[in-house]
Amino acid sequence: MDQLIAFPEPDRAILAQRDALIAGLAKLLPADALVTEEDERRVYETDAFTAYRQLPLAVTLPRTTEEVAAVLRFCSRHGVPVIPRGAGTSLAGGAIPQQDAVVVSLARMNRILEIDTANRFARVEAGVTNIAISNAVGPDGFFYAPDPSSQLACTIAGNIAMNSGGAHCLKYGVTADNLLGVRIVLVDGTIAEIGDPVGDTGGYDLLGLICGSEGQLGIVTEATVRILPKPEGARPVLLSFDKSEEAGAAVAAIIGAGIIPVAMEFMDAQAIEICEAFAKAGYPAGAGAMLIIEVEGSDAEMDAELKRIVDIANKHNVRIVKESSSAMEAAAIWKGRKSAFGATGRIADYICMDGTIPTGRLPHVLGRIDEIIAEHGLRVANVFHAGDGNLHPLILHNANDPAEFRHAEEAGNEILKLCVEVGGCLTGEHGVGLEKRDLMTHQFTEADLRQQMAVRTVFDPDWLLNPAKVFPLELRNQPEAAARVA
Amino acid sequence: MSEAPRTLTPASEEEVAAVVSEAAAAGHRLGVEGGGTRHGLGRPIETDATLSASRLTGVVFHEPAELVIAAKAGTPVREIEAALAEHGQMLAFEPMDHRTLFGSDGEPTIGGVVAVNASGPRRVKVGAARDALLGVRFVNGKGEIIKSGGRVMKNVTGLDLTKPLCGSHGTLGFLTEVVFKVLPRPERSLTVMLGGLTDADAIAALSSALGSPFEPSGAAHIPANARVTEARTLVRLEGFSDSVDHRRAALAETLARWGATQTIEGNEADGLWRSVRDAALLSEARNAAIWRIACIPSKAADLAVEIASAFEVAHWFFDLGGALIWLAIEGADDAGAAAVRQALAHTSGHATLVRAPDAIRQSVPVFQPQNETVAALTRGLKQSFDPSCVFQPGRMYADI
Repeated sequence: MDQLIAFPEPDRAILAQRDALIAGLAKLLPADALVTEEDERRVYETDAFTAYRQLPLAVTLPRTTEEVAAVLRFCSRHGVPVIPRGAGTSLAGGAIPQQDAVVVSLARMNRILEIDTANRFARVEAGVTNIAISNAVGPDGFFYAPDPSSQLACTIAGNIAMNSGGAHCLKYGVTADNLLGVRIVLVDGTIAEIGDPVGDTGGYDLLGLICGSEGQLGIVTEATVRILPKPEGARPVLLSFDKSEEAGAAVAAIIGAGIIPVAMEFMDAQAIEICEAFAKAGYPAGAGAMLIIEVEGSDAEMDAELKRIVDIANKHNVRIVKESSSAMEAAAIWKGRKSAFGATGRIADYICMDGTIPTGRLPHVLGRIDEIIAEHGLRVANVFHAGDGNLHPLILHNANDPAEFRHAEEAGNEILKLCVEVGGCLTGEHGVGLEKRDLMTHQFTEADLRQQMAVRTVFDPDWLLNPAKVFPLELRNQPEAAARVA
Repeated sequence: MSEAPRTLTPASEEEVAAVVSEAAAAGHRLGVEGGGTRHGLGRPIETDATLSASRLTGVVFHEPAELVIAAKAGTPVREIEAALAEHGQMLAFEPMDHRTLFGSDGEPTIGGVVAVNASGPRRVKVGAARDALLGVRFVNGKGEIIKSGGRVMKNVTGLDLTKPLCGSHGTLGFLTEVVFKVLPRPERSLTVMLGGLTDADAIAALSSALGSPFEPSGAAHIPANARVTEARTLVRLEGFSDSVDHRRAALAETLARWGATQTIEGNEADGLWRSVRDAALLSEARNAAIWRIACIPSKAADLAVEIASAFEVAHWFFDLGGALIWLAIEGADDAGAAAVRQALAHTSGHATLVRAPDAIRQSVPVFQPQNETVAALTRGLKQSFDPSCVFQPGRMYADI
């Protein structure tokens, strides 16, 4: 069975010149920074969107910005597509290569360059993991706020490419809100510094444009990020309900009362069951829905805020309130949620959706998701960021059954279209990548997309950077047309 | 300038699109205007007509439980703040009102706030207008209606055009509708104050406050030279009343090595923060040039002195913990541009000439000069949104 998402036809001329291109790259890089053997290239053929894979022409592992620039200059001159890669944890296929492309992996650019606690920023090479920044500034009492679930593995480069969020962005914002500057290599090898320590350059906000541009405007090699002082303390509470609607109403009432907890996570019955079986977190058996709400501050502040939250939950038929009285209990409450994807992966294959909806439409959307999944004869587990309406339905299926996989993909697409129909969007924090590329016309008009493409063309006139992603193929088979329009 | 250009007042997005298409076809240049309170910002421009948002008004929706409000671009900020206040909410980024500085009349609009990324002291805690902006609708220079972003808190679908639009001074497109994230109005706000500190000590104290877990929502220093009798260093705390009490006590301990703290709240404190937000402390010598300089806080005190020492009369104060210097210079032919640019040549920072006579803003760069790479990207962006240069020609840079 053909796969739902198509790759562009590889450029035969590039494939034919492979030996010469590799010889050219070899002159620019140390021997250990160029991967050409097929079995070693296999490592890079996909990311966390594993249903799709392509073997790249070659893989480069530069150690410096200058090496990245040399590779881009070379590829640019020879018209060879380039796929930037962080840790390869993209759930949307953002780092999946193509046969005629050279992968630029930032895995070796993983140094912390500068920590300035007086001015509250850190400067890092873009291949550092998200958690490494918090680990580096932790001893000084600081942390880096955006916390995608993959934070142990994912790189800041990938976070910038996708404008990643995380469980705590209800209070602290997403990557764009915490990024102060980047060093970026443009497609022709030019090295540029964009941004400033206060995020206020006075010109067009190029930094804001680069953040979330999915590796299509350039390759970020260094990042300056805001670091924040750690709170005095943090404490989660677990609330269980019989029905999803009650949990949803409690979330709305908490925000309506002027309370912005640092995180509000929702899990449905299926997700609770899967996570409890794996993590033994003490989640209530048989609950219809569960919220994990985290507050921060001094002990007295947390007591007061939790009391406000529990009082509201009581008005919405909360069944069980489980407060954590120790760091161990707090960790246990989070453990189940943070291992949701891994735990799900143990019982079935899954694809993870990432649409965002206006939170007021939650009951309607959850009901429709159940219907869509039932129509396709599948099962779904829902875990999501309730405060901001960012859904993560995990569609369970057997990937070895092509017909069932196709059903899962189709059900996923219907769910994402539903998110757009109710006023939301296709992706809240994972990015469009390959996965949602062909759905873009459901959220945007052709004029909207042409404007985005014209902006992309300013940075990458020949569309060499991560070219198979984000924009539907039929709109840009002739990228020069987009350039002419501009 | 010669006689005032005529003003066009379309009443719908479609009418805006038609007007812009026509202007593009005819090679006309359009100024853009919300409430007309910020005309002094940017370089002076000459246009064939002014496109006004005055008939594009009204809150489109406000969903308090979703923390979101959408409004037509010409809606007065006052109207939006009133709608939010009814539900105990606010535009958390505290948009600066430029009327004090420019002595202008009229009502600031929400579209104008987006066009200049108008933000205030709470930026240290919640970010700027650009961070709260969830979505925009606009008409580009080809007369096409474009949307970017949306109404939800988390959205990474496609290139985020809201970011370049915000702060583009109307040069990329004509905004028709904007959507903002809003926040609950704090139950209580109070300001912890230190007196008599030098600039360097004050900024060290502010850094210490901002590096504490007490989440200040304002951090400013007003030196004695800024037309006050004694230097005052201000740290604002906001939240639930019991929490604010706890944090005040804890912060006083953190700041103890810089002296004893005083506390003010209510109208006195609110007025003080409003004057910081609007740079009202410097507005009075009407002939003074006003600069807004973004820099690294630990360099701010030296930078202010270095620039000011070149002039007989200069006043300044610091906001955002020292990351922002507001500076007034009197009696310089070039508004002090040469001295400001020279000082910034050897330290990182960005200076904007906010207030100066037209002739000076015509002849010296108003925004921080860009290196060739960034300038080329800037020209490319302008070209991609507004290929025939319909909107605000020359407002930000002479060549675009």
